[in-house]
Amino acid sequence: MRAQPIFMTFKKSDVVNFVVLMTLAFIAIPMTVQTDYWYTSILIPWLCLSLAAIGQQIVMGYTGQLALGAAGFMAAGAFACFNLVLRVPDLPFVGALGLSGLIAAAFGILFGLPSLRVRGIYLMVATLASQFFIIWMIDKFGWFKNYDTSGIITTQDIVIFGKSMTTPMEMFFVLVVVVTVLTLLAMNMARGSTGRRWMAVRDMDIAAESMGISLLRTKLQAFAISAFYCGVAGALFAFTYLKSLEPVAFDIKLSFKILFMVILGGLGTINGAFIGAAFILLFPVVLNTIGNNVFHGSIDATIISATEQVVFGVLIIVFMIYEPLGMAKLWDSIKQRLFRKESASVDAPVNQAGVGK
Amino acid sequence: MTEERRFPIGDSILELDHISLSFGGVKAITNTSFKVRAHEIRAIIGPNGAGKSSLLNCINGIYKPQEGTIIFKGEVLSKINPNFIARKGISRTFQNLALFKRMSVLDNILVGRRLHETANFIEVALQLPRAKREEKENREKSEEIIEFLEIGNIRDTLVGKLPYGLQKKVELGRALATGAEILLLDEPMAGMNVEEKREMCRFILKVNDELGTTMILIEHDMGVVMDISDSVVVLDYGKIIADGPPDQVRSNQSVIDAYLGVAHD
Repeated sequence: MRAQPIFMTFKKSDVVNFVVLMTLAFIAIPMTVQTDYWYTSILIPWLCLSLAAIGQQIVMGYTGQLALGAAGFMAAGAFACFNLVLRVPDLPFVGALGLSGLIAAAFGILFGLPSLRVRGIYLMVATLASQFFIIWMIDKFGWFKNYDTSGIITTQDIVIFGKSMTTPMEMFFVLVVVVTVLTLLAMNMARGSTGRRWMAVRDMDIAAESMGISLLRTKLQAFAISAFYCGVAGALFAFTYLKSLEPVAFDIKLSFKILFMVILGGLGTINGAFIGAAFILLFPVVLNTIGNNVFHGSIDATIISATEQVVFGVLIIVFMIYEPLGMAKLWDSIKQRLFRKESASVDAPVNQAGVGK
Repeated sequence: MTEERRFPIGDSILELDHISLSFGGVKAITNTSFKVRAHEIRAIIGPNGAGKSSLLNCINGIYKPQEGTIIFKGEVLSKINPNFIARKGISRTFQNLALFKRMSVLDNILVGRRLHETANFIEVALQLPRAKREEKENREKSEEIIEFLEIGNIRDTLVGKLPYGLQKKVELGRALATGAEILLLDEPMAGMNVEEKREMCRFILKVNDELGTTMILIEHDMGVVMDISDSVVVLDYGKIIADGPPDQVRSNQSVIDAYLGVAHD
């Protein structure tokens, strides 16, 4: 048996990981990465989309509800944040961010209702409604866009403690703080009783119910929390990455992207959200770089983007069949092979005849 | 069962009163009534398709009988759904295993502690004192159950990877974790070898003896049923054909007929 404290949610290795990541985020990256390109095109969207992927992870990876509409909730969060900052003068940005998450969560509950009746692919189709309804609503009622006719609205500055966060690095810091806090909360939920209920509903709903878990409450809770994360992610996506607001930015393609992040990253893992988001974001960049530097532009750009789609498609099929736990699981295996730690505990030898003393 | 029992068999704790259940035109259970006494091990036996599992599903609230009432501790169970019944203190295992396959053994058993958790998701997310305290208590309790069932060496293994016999044990553990007064065990020993069956019997008797848990179990192995049960109900075609202590049921002519397959009129 393992000599591991069983009464703690966080293990020693978690603390080490946390310290390493924070050092990276606040010291190593700011010191080494000086070009704006890395912040504005890679790190900032990565953190935003990772957060949205955590939202998708909660509803799909943990609760097993095949929902497709993350971008709709992101749009709700983004426009909510814009309107809150615009119309509530004394509201601090972080407050607006939290409220936009809550507004998105309300939509999450509303569009999570079909999950009480249908499941699987049918639920996916039903949740698509959120995607189209929210975008339609924003387009239809001018109030949401503050009656702007140009189609693209510039977002306000992020003001924290009276200071405008304008440079990419400052925005990156804001993101790191928000994403870290929300990730820790998500991990606490996922490892605690809340997460166990989600997974119980995912794995065997009738047994979960027989243990006293309310399917209605658990599913809607997962939808609400998921939409909260997506909403906050959407607001941050608009305010730090796009710096503008247009419903088109939150179309169905983005929903699919987030879905792929979760599948490739690994269903039912929080770090899978980050790994999946990194892969989906970086892969096209890598392909382009190869296209430009190795083949010196002799390959048509359309072929490169087509290659991207093909590779994603193949990878998703491969992961669904061979490694449903995705890249997060691969990463774990690599780590175990490298460091040879805790490897015995995962597949403890199983005694067929039982475990008589 | 000769020695003195720590929890002597008491009065009726669960009563099924004229239960009838049908699916469309198919009658699964017809006008069935029987009582279960506190702290006893009650076996339900009968040929395949006799309605045994349906009966458990009625008690547990998965099926809603068209007629009849179920009375638990003198109270008519008004709402028929598994969640409500679980809250009343009746837990169960399933015939074809209904474990949470992608969760570890420990997590599966922890889910059984659901009704001992009151902290909401915000408290869990922020790890507020109540959430922390409950988590600690429930983990301690789950470890006790793991130790009791002697499955400590697989506590971190994903349940889906375990062989059948061990999964059955984990399922018993999960049902135990609820701390329910009545356990419904749907074929706890199906598909096990003699060795595993003997072990399972030992656990069932141990639970009954140490915790006084009332058990209603469906089992096909007559030897097992005769050995461990205090009283037996025999079902055939959704009707009770015998009810009484094992010895009496064994010699009942209609039971023998049902099992040997005498033609029905």
